[in-house]
Amino acid sequence: MRKFVLIALVLLSGVLFTARLFYLQVLDSSPESLEQNSAIKVMYDYPQRGYIFDRNDNLLVSNQPSYDVMVIPRDVKPLDTLEFCKLLKISTEDFKEVLRKAEIYSPRLPSVVVPQLNKADYASLSEKMYKYEGFYIQRRSLRDYQVNHSANVLGYIAEVNNAIIKKNPYYQMGELIGTAGVEKEYEEVLRGVKGVKYIQRDRFNRDIGPYKDGIFDTIPERGKDIQLTIDAVLQEYGERLMVNKRGGIVAIEPSSGEILALVTAPSYDPSLLVGRDRSKNFTKLWYDTISKPLYDRGLMGEYPPGSPFKALTALIALQENVTTEDDRINCPGGYYYNGRRLMKCHGAHGATSMVYGIAKSCNTYFATLYRRSVDNYSTIQEGTDKWKEHLTSFGLGNFLGYDLPSGRRGLIPDSKFYNRFYNFPKYRWFSTATISNSIGQGEINLTPIQMANFTAAIANRGWYFTPHVIKNIVGTDTIPQKFKEKHHTTIDPKHFEPVVEGMFQVYESGTASYLRIPGIEICGKTGTAENFTRIDGKRVQLTDHSIFVAFAPKDNPKIALAVFVENGYWGSRWAGRIAGLMIEKYIKGEITRKDMEKFILEGSLEDEYAKPYSGKPFTINR
Amino acid sequence: MSAAKTYMKFDWLMIFIFIALVSMGWINIYSASLSDSAQGYFDFKQIYGKQMIWIGLSFILIIFILAIESKFYENYASIIYLVSLLSLAGLFVFGRTIAGTTAWYDFGGFSIQPSEFAKAATGLALAKYVSDIQTNMQELKHQIRAFIILALPVILIILQPDPGSVLVYAAFVFPLYREGLHGVYLLLGLFATVIFVSTLAFGAVWAAVAVILIAVVVYYRNRKKRPNILKYIMIVVACIGFAFSVSYIFNNVFKQHHRDRFNIVLGKEVDSRGIGYNTNQSEIAISNGGWLGKGWTQGTQTKGNFVPEQHTDYIFSTVGEEWGFVGSMIVVLLFTGLILRIIYKAEKQKNQFGRVYGYSVAAIIFLHFFVNIGMVTGIFPTVGIPLPFFSYGGSGLWGFTILLFIFIKLDAANYYYI
Repeated sequence: MRKFVLIALVLLSGVLFTARLFYLQVLDSSPESLEQNSAIKVMYDYPQRGYIFDRNDNLLVSNQPSYDVMVIPRDVKPLDTLEFCKLLKISTEDFKEVLRKAEIYSPRLPSVVVPQLNKADYASLSEKMYKYEGFYIQRRSLRDYQVNHSANVLGYIAEVNNAIIKKNPYYQMGELIGTAGVEKEYEEVLRGVKGVKYIQRDRFNRDIGPYKDGIFDTIPERGKDIQLTIDAVLQEYGERLMVNKRGGIVAIEPSSGEILALVTAPSYDPSLLVGRDRSKNFTKLWYDTISKPLYDRGLMGEYPPGSPFKALTALIALQENVTTEDDRINCPGGYYYNGRRLMKCHGAHGATSMVYGIAKSCNTYFATLYRRSVDNYSTIQEGTDKWKEHLTSFGLGNFLGYDLPSGRRGLIPDSKFYNRFYNFPKYRWFSTATISNSIGQGEINLTPIQMANFTAAIANRGWYFTPHVIKNIVGTDTIPQKFKEKHHTTIDPKHFEPVVEGMFQVYESGTASYLRIPGIEICGKTGTAENFTRIDGKRVQLTDHSIFVAFAPKDNPKIALAVFVENGYWGSRWAGRIAGLMIEKYIKGEITRKDMEKFILEGSLEDEYAKPYSGKPFTINR
Repeated sequence: MSAAKTYMKFDWLMIFIFIALVSMGWINIYSASLSDSAQGYFDFKQIYGKQMIWIGLSFILIIFILAIESKFYENYASIIYLVSLLSLAGLFVFGRTIAGTTAWYDFGGFSIQPSEFAKAATGLALAKYVSDIQTNMQELKHQIRAFIILALPVILIILQPDPGSVLVYAAFVFPLYREGLHGVYLLLGLFATVIFVSTLAFGAVWAAVAVILIAVVVYYRNRKKRPNILKYIMIVVACIGFAFSVSYIFNNVFKQHHRDRFNIVLGKEVDSRGIGYNTNQSEIAISNGGWLGKGWTQGTQTKGNFVPEQHTDYIFSTVGEEWGFVGSMIVVLLFTGLILRIIYKAEKQKNQFGRVYGYSVAAIIFLHFFVNIGMVTGIFPTVGIPLPFFSYGGSGLWGFTILLFIFIKLDAANYYYI
């Protein structure tokens, strides 16, 4: 017994240490990353962000150097706070708050103290930085906007937040990421890859040379330049036309699906969101809940399409074989069912053919076609779903799949929607109940880009490419595959001619005859959509939205567009004029209809938009 | 007998392990102390260069130790012990104070720490006394005398003060136990440790409550044997008194840095940047090693000097980081192998002097090994004692070399006793 006590203890401690070492070194050694090693300092080298060009190689966005004051809380030594804050031009309270937050984020990883200094501030600060241990200046590359338009397309970059860092370990506090527009959509292309340097430190945080002679270090990879399909001249002109109005313009090149212009109004100068005033300006834009400058109406605004939708009603009727080009339908001034007028028409058009119906936007004609189409099947449910199927093939009722990060589905109702709506099968419903769909009112909602897209499909006589803003990723000379795939509609190409002719006649003899542009054969369709709001809890009808879709030239079209002006009254008054000017600007490069241009540039709808607040009566269809 | 024959009888396994540990120690000291100003392996201005000199000199020392007649150590044990005590006492007159501890004699370029040599001297003296034909370790009188032999150097070292070195003298309880000291001393020690730790962890009141509960349970189970209730009460009172005095000493006698060291190990302190820094950095370094380590001179914590005292008390963290689990295990196996070999050889001694001394050597090396690696791996409180043969320091290396090689000499001579 006495002989074995010490032996047992020696063996026991041998086992104890084996277990402890096994735990520490084998079990507990979660693959340690160099970033987490307190003996390694990680330095980043940020590459230049890629430039952005328009379709004609005009530079839209380049870079400017900017300097962030960073802090590593662990390394901060007592300092003259007052003097330092004076240098940084921030208050001591703000400074302390920033330090506190940085400490919470991580004592070892850098956080931003003051972002985006300009060159002058940097120069005066850099020579005194040595006094403040734990603080340093990180050079970054910031956007430099060459143009004051296209803010909604270009988007902006912003500092990453904690949620992004958690989701994507590439990003560190203080780094910039595209958060809207193409900056977001093509973030990884534009960003490039940052370089990393690992530096061995001693316990006093002094650098003692590269870690393992730099074998883990990487060099930064410059971001790729991209070329957009946007035509800077057209875009700038569109934004000028939309000043003092609200709404959007979406112009597409039908043969390629390339977005030529994507205008939302009101908009803002993209350079507002760069530099030290960024957060102040952003707050101002963000909290402007009345004109919503950050809200892209061209992509996000869901509106009833109104009369332009009649072109689709006509196409579906032709495809469903329930009418022909020459079939005439009598319009006695409204659509009557069992002696009851379901829908009013603006005038008694008499015996109406397709071309005439489109040109004059005859409600009776399209209500008849719609009922025939959806009643062409044994049940209304089947007919409605078939109708929806045709519309879906035009890219309506769902996200289009374009390469910008914001959007809406819009709404094309189907039988399930109405079954729920009317509580089927307890109550039955018939085509008379959904007849407003025929003229683009009722339950249908479309975004302007969806309207531009179906216009492009009509211009192409039956097909379209998914709209997109990317023309080329410089260096790879390619764009995503999905933008090279042609989508065919369910409508036979031969049915398009009468509809196109009808839209041509809109200009020749119809609702837009006073908007003709000499030398260009334009096909278009006016629209005037009712809309409502709530004021003090009461449903109030506002002035109608002014809508216009058009493409030109009639044969071999170069541009298709949708224009939407909120509360602009008649489709031809605002939207129609703007559409004509845009087409002329794009095709001719100059404006001959100076009268139209003058009307638009000098006209304003600000009074109209103030009415819900000022209490003035709305002029509805008068 | 001739010197040549004795030479054949040296225990070469122990010598091999000694050489292995010393060489590995130097390799790790080199890595831990490497700096920009270093000029090759033989730069004697550097810490590793100095250690190389100490190692070289220790081999000369070994030759002397082995050359001396083995009877010398037994016959002159008392004198060696007295000289050692005088050298400890002399510190208070001639000693040099570093970091509040007066433990060194300064000889210009280098300094000597006599407490490192006192271990071997005390071991010899104890062996001499216990092996005396008249000594019976079961008698209280002899027990007290043996404890006085231990207490004299302990008191002198406490006065320096050097609590780490004092702890080492607890090792001598093992040879005494082997020679017949009642097992109750070991149990008392163990029980005192348990009360000690639980008092610090949960407070004296809870420790007292636990003691009373345990006593009641034991008494209840033994009630048929009609135990003496007075005896129970006395033991309980003694235990509670111990718990409260521990509490008092801890709070009123200990200095803050002593308290902190215990609190870290008991999990009361988690601030990795304050007082737990040493242990925390050392654990990080060891964890960094993984299976095979980062390779010699490649440890990031080691290179960045994050572990304080890394070339001395924390040298094992360098082993952990740069040589990994495999390297650490080799060191642990070498130490356990060496200690077991010494015990085995001690049991084979034909005279009691050799056996007691052998046990003392094994117990002292074991205690250093146990406390040091326990501390570096974060199992035990931070107690500043070196890892034998491994840590930087001339006095330490020489002290252990003398300690071990006197036994190797005794062991070799053992074959000639009839």
